Amino acid sequence: MAQELIDVLVTTFWMVLGIAGIFIIFLGVSGLVYLVWNFLNSKKDQMRGYGSLKTVTFGDESSVTANRVASVSGVVTVFLIWMVATGSSLLPFNVLPVPFVGDTQFEYTATNAAGDTDKATVKVRVNRFGDTTAEKLVAPETSDGFAKDDVVMVQERRAKLLRAQNNDDGGKEKGYRVTAIDGQAIDRNQTVEIANGTVLMTGAGSLQVRPYTGPTMEALYLPPPEQVWTRFLQLNAEGYQGVGLWENVMWSLIRVVLGFFLGCLFGIPLGFAMGLNSWLRGWFDPIVEFMRPVPPLALIPLVIIWFGIGEQGKVSLLFLAALWIMIIGARAGVSGVNISKVHAAYSLGATKPQLLSRVILPNSLPEIFTAARVAMGVCWGTVVAAELVAAEKGAGKMIIAASKFQLTDIVIIGIIIIGVIGFGIDVLMRIAENKLVPWKGRG
Amino acid sequence: MSGLLVDDVSMTFELPAGGQVEALKNIKLDIKEGELISVLGPSGCGKTTLLNILAGFLAPTGGEIELNGDKVVGPSSERGMVFQQGALFEWMNVSKNIGFGPKMKGTPQSEIDARVTELLGIVGLQEFGQKMIYELSGGMQQRVALARCLANDPDVILMDEPLGALDALTREKMQSLVLDIWKKTGKTIILITHSVEEALLLGERLIVMAPRPGRIHKQYYLPFAELGVGADLREVKQHDDFGPKRDEILNMIWDMEEEIMGRTETA
Ligand SMILES: Nc1ncnc2c1ncn2[C@@H]1O[C@H](COP(=O)(O)OP(=O)(O)OP(=O)(O)O)[C@@H](O)[C@H]1O
Ligand SMILES: [Mg+2]
Repeated sequence: MAQELIDVLVTTFWMVLGIAGIFIIFLGVSGLVYLVWNFLNSKKDQMRGYGSLKTVTFGDESSVTANRVASVSGVVTVFLIWMVATGSSLLPFNVLPVPFVGDTQFEYTATNAAGDTDKATVKVRVNRFGDTTAEKLVAPETSDGFAKDDVVMVQERRAKLLRAQNNDDGGKEKGYRVTAIDGQAIDRNQTVEIANGTVLMTGAGSLQVRPYTGPTMEALYLPPPEQVWTRFLQLNAEGYQGVGLWENVMWSLIRVVLGFFLGCLFGIPLGFAMGLNSWLRGWFDPIVEFMRPVPPLALIPLVIIWFGIGEQGKVSLLFLAALWIMIIGARAGVSGVNISKVHAAYSLGATKPQLLSRVILPNSLPEIFTAARVAMGVCWGTVVAAELVAAEKGAGKMIIAASKFQLTDIVIIGIIIIGVIGFGIDVLMRIAENKLVPWKGRG
Repeated sequence: MSGLLVDDVSMTFELPAGGQVEALKNIKLDIKEGELISVLGPSGCGKTTLLNILAGFLAPTGGEIELNGDKVVGPSSERGMVFQQGALFEWMNVSKNIGFGPKMKGTPQSEIDARVTELLGIVGLQEFGQKMIYELSGGMQQRVALARCLANDPDVILMDEPLGALDALTREKMQSLVLDIWKKTGKTIILITHSVEEALLLGERLIVMAPRPGRIHKQYYLPFAELGVGADLREVKQHDDFGPKRDEILNMIWDMEEEIMGRTETA
């Protein structure tokens, strides 16, 4: 227990360093771009708008607006870092050294049981990843000494084990050893450099040939943008596992809309009831207060046990995700009504139903919209998570299925689409809010 | 009988922490139809409480209110209310706000429209019928509140510091407007204010209240409201009696405030 905790803390410490490193690089680029932008802009007239007349700007939050140039450069920088890190072919030249592909060779020195030494050459051919058409290397038949030449075929970024002594005369006798690579002495568990790679002698005396990989990331972990784009076009045309890309996304959206709709349908009246009636507030309060902090994701196992992995379970889960948020939003909307508005309405002759529909309801719309935006965001996150666990279709299902086959590009496409749609939902809600409750915040 | 009768009204609040506050004690008032009354008093003397009881938002712990012989048991459209601010409906435009009362009663739309147009004229907002509430200045908003109240044709208009949040110039214009409306419509108006000058200008009868327990301290019958109708209020303030009355009442309230402060300090 204590040991585990220490391990976690040590890992966290290294993470801090790693994250700080990434931030420093990113901020460094930001600083450079800023200097360039400032330099280019220094000649232009800066006195524009009211904001430029303020002398106190530091600490005045209202004078801080997102600089669009910075936003664009920031996003471009993310893409550039992505391209550099993956050795993307979109860059005009390779910023980081790329993994070695092609032919190389090294020479090994062997000592036989009798104590004689001899040398032989190992030809290495490194194929591009996934290239099955590469021409096979053939080992030369002739060789003068007891050590015989070998050939190794290996894929880019992969290593291959070679038992060089297997084809040597007397290579299987006891005492026969490989002692040096390219003239550098080697022993078990030691590594030496060769042209375009390294050779490690394993504990069993085999040679592990590893061509140079370089610092770029492998596509398995992070595919370059162009590969993601190609995969996107392919997904767009063919879908994945028989389900179209947009069909997957549509299914996620349909579930969210249904669950959210149900949540509003029951949550808003319930919230109103709780805001208007002491008995009902008392009746539902413990349930709402208890369920509100339970993350919807924690309900997934229960929902699967109850409803299986079908649509009913998903929609129920999203209903539950939206319900509490909408209840609390509607309740807050009712309690937020200025008492003089209620008094005024009664003094003007309004009945209770009229008060409800003409005053309480419109007055709580801003709160309800805020809640709806939160609920939509939570629902969207929950649906993806639920699909990761179990689903037949959906954005989450697509990425979890692809991850099982290590199709990282599909996973990344899924994440980007999920992000874009989540953002789009919020933008739409905000537009609707501005249209429907223009008086928000100006009461 | 017609008029508003405050019959020995008392209001005692039970505090949640135990103890009681006598916000009002044995208030007796006989208000004739068409009277213009201003109420003045130091903070916490029960002015708002009295108005809320008159409006029917609170039931008094003792005594009762009668309007035209009927006991007041709750809010009703015969007693209109103008609040200091924040009581307009932001989700409706100016016309809809003003037409709210008639609409609730099921008045035909054409009648409502005619009434709203008339009232917009009375409060000087002809051009603003289609504007939203948040597009108006504070003074304009109070005119809307006044018009909204008038649209219902109430017997009594109750105002709790209706001009308290306005700047001096706007306030003066609104005081003239209140006098105009009073004269034109002949309504009974009860107006709470913190400003002694306003109380003098807008009260045929001025009621000074005293705190702990909240009670009526003194009443004045004044000529200034009648003089002010259709006249320049600044001239009314030059009237020979105005200055002395203002100083007398100011001193009275000042003494009460001092007494309260003294008491809280020694307590
Ligand atoms: N709901 C309540 N519960 C307990 N005490 C109350 C309540 N409402 C008012 N009071 C008390 O009654 C007294 C009179 O309050 P009220 O608001 O009527 O005074 P006011 O004259 O309107 O003061 P102000 O000029 O500051 O508006 C105060 O002491 C106040 O603390
Ligand atoms: Mg008050």
